[in-house]
Amino acid sequence: MKYKTQRIAFAYFVVAMALFAVQVTMGLVLGWIYVDGNFLSELIPFNIGRMLHTNSLVVWLLTGFFGAAYFLVPEESEQEIHSEKLAYLQLAILVLGTAGVVVTYLFNLFEGNFLLGKEGREFLEQPKWVKAGIVVAALIFLYNISMTVLKGKKTAITNILLLGLWGIALLFLFSFYNPDNLALDKMYWWYVVHLWVEGTWELVMASILAFLMLKLTGVDREVVEKWLYVIAALALFSGILGTGHHYFWIGTPGYWQWIGSIFSSLEIVPFFGMMAFAFVMVWKGRRDHPNKAALLWSLGCATLAFFGAGVWGFLHTLHGVNFYTHGTQITAAHGHLAFFGAYVALNLAIISYAMPILRGRDPFNQVLNMVSFWLMAGGMTFMTFTLTFAGTVQTHLQRVNGEAFMDVQEQLWIFYVMRFGSGIAVVLGAVLFIYAVMKPRKEIIEAGAVGTPAE
Amino acid sequence: MKDATKQTPAEGIDALPGDLMMWILIVSELLVFGAGLAAFMGVRLTDPAGFSEAQTHLNATTAGINTVVLVTSGWLAALAVQASEMGNILRTRLFLAAASILGVVFLVIKGAEYADKSAQGIDFETHSFFLFYYMLTGFHAMHVIAGIVILALVSWKVTPRNTEVGAAFWHMVDLVWVLLFPIMYLL
Repeated sequence: MKYKTQRIAFAYFVVAMALFAVQVTMGLVLGWIYVDGNFLSELIPFNIGRMLHTNSLVVWLLTGFFGAAYFLVPEESEQEIHSEKLAYLQLAILVLGTAGVVVTYLFNLFEGNFLLGKEGREFLEQPKWVKAGIVVAALIFLYNISMTVLKGKKTAITNILLLGLWGIALLFLFSFYNPDNLALDKMYWWYVVHLWVEGTWELVMASILAFLMLKLTGVDREVVEKWLYVIAALALFSGILGTGHHYFWIGTPGYWQWIGSIFSSLEIVPFFGMMAFAFVMVWKGRRDHPNKAALLWSLGCATLAFFGAGVWGFLHTLHGVNFYTHGTQITAAHGHLAFFGAYVALNLAIISYAMPILRGRDPFNQVLNMVSFWLMAGGMTFMTFTLTFAGTVQTHLQRVNGEAFMDVQEQLWIFYVMRFGSGIAVVLGAVLFIYAVMKPRKEIIEAGAVGTPAE
Repeated sequence: MKDATKQTPAEGIDALPGDLMMWILIVSELLVFGAGLAAFMGVRLTDPAGFSEAQTHLNATTAGINTVVLVTSGWLAALAVQASEMGNILRTRLFLAAASILGVVFLVIKGAEYADKSAQGIDFETHSFFLFYYMLTGFHAMHVIAGIVILALVSWKVTPRNTEVGAAFWHMVDLVWVLLFPIMYLL
């Protein structure tokens, strides 16, 4: 650890991984509900379980981003974090808010209460007080990071990272606007949901990936920065108007079908760029970094993001196709591989890179970590295929033949069983990952030939 | 731009004049407009009669005049690049201003065209032809506005490189119109 405030990241990563465990456990429960519809139906109704699955995902990914920022900003700007205390306060607020959300959902407390009750909008159903807490935490974070960067060196990586993080915080403000008109509600809702994952998060992803490539491959900073700017520009160019692919069937004017189809088709380009970037950097790199696990996760992240977000996104983004596939298991297939490839793998990559350093065990044999990669990546890919096949069958039976939803669901049973199996692999992988980064102390291997960083 | 052959010849993407980011933008824009025009032609196949009927409501003459206006404007931007490379800042600014004024003329004519359509009660829901008409020409008009802003920024900070970057965008706006005009108004 070059800077002592980088240790803040450790606390964030631990919280993130704890929530990761909650998320995949809930995923497994939901996977079983698909197989046996009445499983836990009294205790955790499906919609509540799904909320916990998706919300804990989003929260742990964000927590991981925050941790990544606290880890890499000191190194990039050559400056200690402005205030360590504020960073821990921010984490405490986030943990309190998360706990509040979980308790409110599970017991449906304060139903209908303006401030304390849940709001009933998927992904943004948090009670208002939690939303306010998130804003306060985000403000603390932005203040802390921006002050650090302002005092220190400004690099392309911190610039793009800050742009992304500020964007995330500002766009979240739309979650407070909840119009009565359902079409308008959805329209503004996507300002948060879409412009996060298909806009600002991509900027965060590109900058963290750039940082990892810089450290792991030893390629010149100048080269990394050029790629980073191009990828960021492409992400914003395609992603902002790409929001239109959510406006096909919610009552918005017809031109959105074309704007959405055309721009969102291009959203594959920045993901291809990130994949090309990662591979080219590794090929060009002169450094044989000992942390092979972090490299594996980085390359896996860029590749699976390209397939999950890029290819599987394009699969159903044209409105003529989406007319049939909308809301089927095709969407679930895309959602799973996109989130796993782009953002889960990214977080696990930076955690794999940072943890040995944070815990003073660098270099570090991460064979278990690499096993967990193949378990999770294999499980997720298998899950994506089963859900894609389920979605294809569902589209035909339900949308083409016009059979009833539940009749179709029954016929998809075999796919859901296979999906549950792949879910077990993912959960085992996740548990193994957490064990690998937290527990073993002894397996030290020889350090590779670390070239001097050419920065 | 031209002396690339004299000194160490730049290779690959480094050989592009101006800024790499501008070329990324230009390629992206061409992809978007290309996809839009391809979609237009695709949808036209489903209703050739309706599309040619709808097209009769367009005024090809004013659009033709607009083509001349915009191409001339592009020529002026090219002259600005030349002047800028010779280090003549005043001349550069004059050419850029002239190019921008023609850009405004284009927008005025375009505005009159929209007003006329609107007076006939035609909006983007009248027929899919007009959906594409408003969408593609509207997007293009927004790029003309953006181009004027870029040319203004360039004339504020004139350097050969900046002029090249601005002119490259302006030529893209030109090129898109030259593709849009025949496909939408004539074919």
